[in-house]
Amino acid sequence: MSVASVADLKVGSAAWIERTTLSAVETCRLAQLELARNDERFFSLEADLGDFGGFPFRDEFPGRSIDFGIAEASMIGAAGGLSLRGKIPLINTFASFGLMRACEQVRLDLCYHKANAKIFGTFAGLQAGFSGPTHHSIEDIAIARAFPNMTVIAPADAVSAYWATLAAGHHPGPVFVRLAVDVTAQVYGEDCPFEIGKGNTLREGGDLTLVASGLTVVAEALGAAKILAGEGIEARVLDLHTVKPIDRELLAQAARETGLLITVEEHTIYGGLGGAVAEAVAEEAPVPMRILGIPDSYAEYVGPYPEHLRRYGLDAAGIAASARQALAARRER
Amino acid sequence: MALTNASELPQSDRWADLRDTAQALRHHIVHMAADSPGAHVGGSMSVTEILTVLFFDGVLHVDPSQPKMEGRDYLIFSKGHASAALYAALAERGFFPVEELKTYKQMGSRLAGHSLKSIPGVELATGSLGHGLPVGNGVAMAGKYDGLPYRTFVVLGDGECQEGSVWEAAMAAAHYKLDNLVAIVDRNGVQEDGPTEQIMALEPFADKWRSFGWEVREVDGHDVEDLSKALHAVPFATGKPSLVLARTVKGKGVSFAEHAHSWHYGKLSSEQRERALADLGPQPVRGGRS
Repeated sequence: MSVASVADLKVGSAAWIERTTLSAVETCRLAQLELARNDERFFSLEADLGDFGGFPFRDEFPGRSIDFGIAEASMIGAAGGLSLRGKIPLINTFASFGLMRACEQVRLDLCYHKANAKIFGTFAGLQAGFSGPTHHSIEDIAIARAFPNMTVIAPADAVSAYWATLAAGHHPGPVFVRLAVDVTAQVYGEDCPFEIGKGNTLREGGDLTLVASGLTVVAEALGAAKILAGEGIEARVLDLHTVKPIDRELLAQAARETGLLITVEEHTIYGGLGGAVAEAVAEEAPVPMRILGIPDSYAEYVGPYPEHLRRYGLDAAGIAASARQALAARRER
Repeated sequence: MALTNASELPQSDRWADLRDTAQALRHHIVHMAADSPGAHVGGSMSVTEILTVLFFDGVLHVDPSQPKMEGRDYLIFSKGHASAALYAALAERGFFPVEELKTYKQMGSRLAGHSLKSIPGVELATGSLGHGLPVGNGVAMAGKYDGLPYRTFVVLGDGECQEGSVWEAAMAAAHYKLDNLVAIVDRNGVQEDGPTEQIMALEPFADKWRSFGWEVREVDGHDVEDLSKALHAVPFATGKPSLVLARTVKGKGVSFAEHAHSWHYGKLSSEQRERALADLGPQPVRGGRS
């Protein structure tokens, strides 16, 4: 991606999408540049995982670009220190390393101190595919969500990732944004409403609600809705890009109006989107739920990313199958 | 009335005054460890002169009436378990009333066993070890970027230096030439489970820091004159972070707690309080020489 080549294009337009190649990590970095150009408080922090087609931030703002080498605790701690001085660190690394290797630095130096720091975690979920469980990140939402003061965002595609990054930059306090390196399916175009804490209804439907969050699976949920529509089942689809704070109002409405919620996430089924939705719905409008994600296991199977999704039933066909089963179970009750 | 800057006194009075201040802080620590459910006695007693020279000898540029004053030096007290010593120093320096020390670890108090971020004079909540130096790097980096003259002082325990994050940060501080950063290690030689060299050896400790790119000075951490000369001489080298390796005694000043890992943490009984106070001698009348 050439950063300069998209400067004059409308974000999310066909030409912009073509040039940005729809990789969320690249559009996130594009937005980071935008933040830095407009506000000198923004710093870019790296831990030796920053080369996604060059270093445009480092090239343009060398004084505000700090690489800590392979030392996440050092990086996150320093982010806490920078934020004590009013800087806004934009922390870039893999989701698993940023949140788990440096977990306690995130907890104390960022979250307890309400540091105005943003963590952009790439390779979230199973996107690292062939790389194996060391690089899969399937617990990050649960961990990030448990920290007081933390905002947790999982954008649905590269366009959404751009707006999520800008929103995170302007949102006071610590924010974790879940990203991926590969090109992922497009959900949004020029019209991409993004407000932290406010989910988007992508498709109306009254038979059940698919609640999805994150790259790939939101698009897969839309695909599942299309399959189900062919069978006469109308599924509502919500993009819950902000897992914390969760959009309780939108969820309660969907629960009341459709009576069945199925959450879809590329994350362990414990404590992620499914947990967050269950917590809200149980209090607001209890209805049957299904939580689709990765069962209590590490993905040792060696294979490409799409195959991982298929095996866990997180592709459109798998989501549609779960929806059918859940509807059948509800009819039997 | 507390003295705040012994460095303005004649040399003959200056060191005596600082020694008095350190003993006054120790008296507070003894009472905090006796009146509360317990305190980290050993590490509080060993770090007393370090805090005394930082706060009462004109090293730290801070203003208790404006704890967040722009341009202040930053003190990051990474060995946060020794909060009794930090609170005693902050109170005597005027960041909050000395009377408030009585509320140490009492219900509803802000003086928690490990410092809360809301306490005046506390820049970073510490207690979990290995956090101070990475955060100190960030504060120092911001100062370099902004071209501001403030300094960042980080006080570490020696056992704390078994944490890997300390060495990650040590590497980064040297790599980025943070000569506005000063780390002071309270080398009391004893950690919770026993002597550091038995639990997890740190020596050759000074050489480790040197090899990581720091300019090191070793001092007697209970000799206020030695400490003062070192802390007024930072940075020791242009373009390098400074490390003061302060040789101290765990539990210093309280005979039964000296060198005793069992007094890493504890509550003083009333009898132990009396013995400790007898060891320390009469509470100095602070500021009496001014």
